[in-house]
Amino acid sequence: MKKLLIALMTTTAAMSMAVSAQAQEKLKACWVYVGPIGDFGYSYQHDQGRLEVVKELGDKVDTAYLENVAEGPDADRAFERLAREGCKIIFGTSFGFMDSEVKVAKRFPDIKFEHATGYKTGDNLGIYNARFYEGRYVIGQIAAKESKTGVAGYIVSFPIPEVVMGINAFMLGAQSVNPDFKAKIVWVNSWFDPGKEADAAKALFDQGADVIVQHTDSTAPLQVAQERGFHGFGQASDMIKFAPKAQYTAIVDNWGHYYVERVKAVLDGTWKPDNVWLGIKDDAVHMAEFANMSDETKAMAEATEKKIAGGWNPFTGPIAKQDGSEWLKDGEVADDATLLGMNFYVKGVDDKLPQ
Amino acid sequence: MDITVNILLTIATAATPLLIAAMGELVVERSGVLNLGVEGMMIMGAVGGFGAAYYTGSPWIGVIAAIALGAIFSMLFAVMTLTLATNQVATGLSLTILGLGLSGMMGTSFVGLPGERLPNLDIPGLTSIPVVGRLLFGQDPIFYISIVLVVAVMWFLFRTRSGLTLRSIGDSHGSAHALGIKVIRYRYLAVLFGGACAGLAGGHLSLVYTPQWVENMSAGRGWIALALVVFASWRPWRVLAGAYIFGAIWIGQLHVQAIDLNDFAGAPRIVYGLMEFIKSFPPQFLSSLPYLATIVVLVLISRNKRLTMMNTPASLGQAFVPDR
Repeated sequence: MKKLLIALMTTTAAMSMAVSAQAQEKLKACWVYVGPIGDFGYSYQHDQGRLEVVKELGDKVDTAYLENVAEGPDADRAFERLAREGCKIIFGTSFGFMDSEVKVAKRFPDIKFEHATGYKTGDNLGIYNARFYEGRYVIGQIAAKESKTGVAGYIVSFPIPEVVMGINAFMLGAQSVNPDFKAKIVWVNSWFDPGKEADAAKALFDQGADVIVQHTDSTAPLQVAQERGFHGFGQASDMIKFAPKAQYTAIVDNWGHYYVERVKAVLDGTWKPDNVWLGIKDDAVHMAEFANMSDETKAMAEATEKKIAGGWNPFTGPIAKQDGSEWLKDGEVADDATLLGMNFYVKGVDDKLPQ
Repeated sequence: MDITVNILLTIATAATPLLIAAMGELVVERSGVLNLGVEGMMIMGAVGGFGAAYYTGSPWIGVIAAIALGAIFSMLFAVMTLTLATNQVATGLSLTILGLGLSGMMGTSFVGLPGERLPNLDIPGLTSIPVVGRLLFGQDPIFYISIVLVVAVMWFLFRTRSGLTLRSIGDSHGSAHALGIKVIRYRYLAVLFGGACAGLAGGHLSLVYTPQWVENMSAGRGWIALALVVFASWRPWRVLAGAYIFGAIWIGQLHVQAIDLNDFAGAPRIVYGLMEFIKSFPPQFLSSLPYLATIVVLVLISRNKRLTMMNTPASLGQAFVPDR
């Protein structure tokens, strides 16, 4: 028994020495994903960001990740586990990880935490987000310019501010080209169900839409567009391979630069909790190559992209709410807090916002 | 007219994987075995089908691989529950969890690759007949397989001696064993058939419905198929009805959401009123409608208690250990 104990103790000591030796050599950066990295959407793109860190800083940094982590108590355990395994910086990539991350960050003051799309910060907890609505304004313009029927189909998941913001930005973009442009909105109540997304796309095309927009994660709607000879936009990833003739462009989540920068800051010892909302100008919201459209549309889209990169906000007045009442006066720009809590439609959206 | 045909075609595509998986499970449950691993076998079929089609370039080889993978995977369940007499509920659940994880691992390199779609049937002269042409002669091959499957299962279960034997095993494995029937052998074959069907249903997902591979792409369809079998009180034609009612409302609610009321301004008052009424429900409710309506309809047609009792396999879910 005694022998066994000693043996055990030596192994444990050896193991912990190995761990600390490794930690001295390389910094460990860790990620927690809400979905599988094989979703070719949201979590996949975060993992592409991690891979960029490996590429850029691989000689100084080790990475680890946990995928498919459910929001709630499971997330608590995931963050705690990574913290105990020697991660020096941990990125939580889903809104629903917020409270878990706040809790665990308090318990491990020496570890840096970063949370995507949330709003709670701390001494060792920073937040980051991306202005995807900027991309949605651009695709709204493209849709209105290229559509022959003047109707877009819009597949959406859940009525949260991020999604409502996207619909509004899309409509504002479309109306800037064609004031009578319409979008038919279908809620599928899921972030990810390829079959249902395909069915929704078929229904929308059957009802006269000739361009499809999605705020769900799969490539299925674009595949339907390709099959039927219509068009659409990629979501989260560049989906051109799935729809070489149908994809106009895609709003790509491009986290790589940010992750590299933040991990570097930890290496240099300059990391401070931050609150950033990146956009087209930081290339965190990246427009995939404009394709399958006229040169005129392409020039317009590029000009808009440039204008937004130069600091112009698509939510600049005059903008009326759905019921016609005034929201933003001429020249007034929406503040970030209103956008992050957006729970109303702008004028011209033909849908009742589910509450 | 064109839109009606399109809607009907979409409904058939949505109903086909449910129908095929449910038909397989029906035979399994009729033999007295409850396999909750449908979702797992389905997703294995999906990844296998996609992979084989991708490497060989032939979606037909994909279909065969999907069937084979579903069947092989079901054997894991069969060995556990039939030979080793483990608990069927727990084993089935773990089969689902294992399938979801394993398929994700197997499919890592397929993510982000467009797949091969199984081409629709195209018979010169017939497919181009207006309206009925595309419905009868222009759908994907697996749709026709699903219809043949229903007829075949009905014929097998109620018109053949082996079908009768299978049902008797499901009702009382002890008595069947006493009569000298090879209970375990029958059940192995039934589970194998169920696995093959679930695999084919998965193949339909990754080769027809949405030709791509992504983790968890079955999105709960295996569970719907399982529920269909129970609510259809183990009758094949009711499973067919259930799958199509589910598909119809599933597609219908998407169409209702997309409708613009202004397009109905000229329609008769009653039509307009009806549309207005349906559209007044929140989309979350409309999304749950296929589940609700299917349960209500199937419960209503199964309300004859005696008949339902007769069709319920009495030894469903019980482990069988033959005594000598």
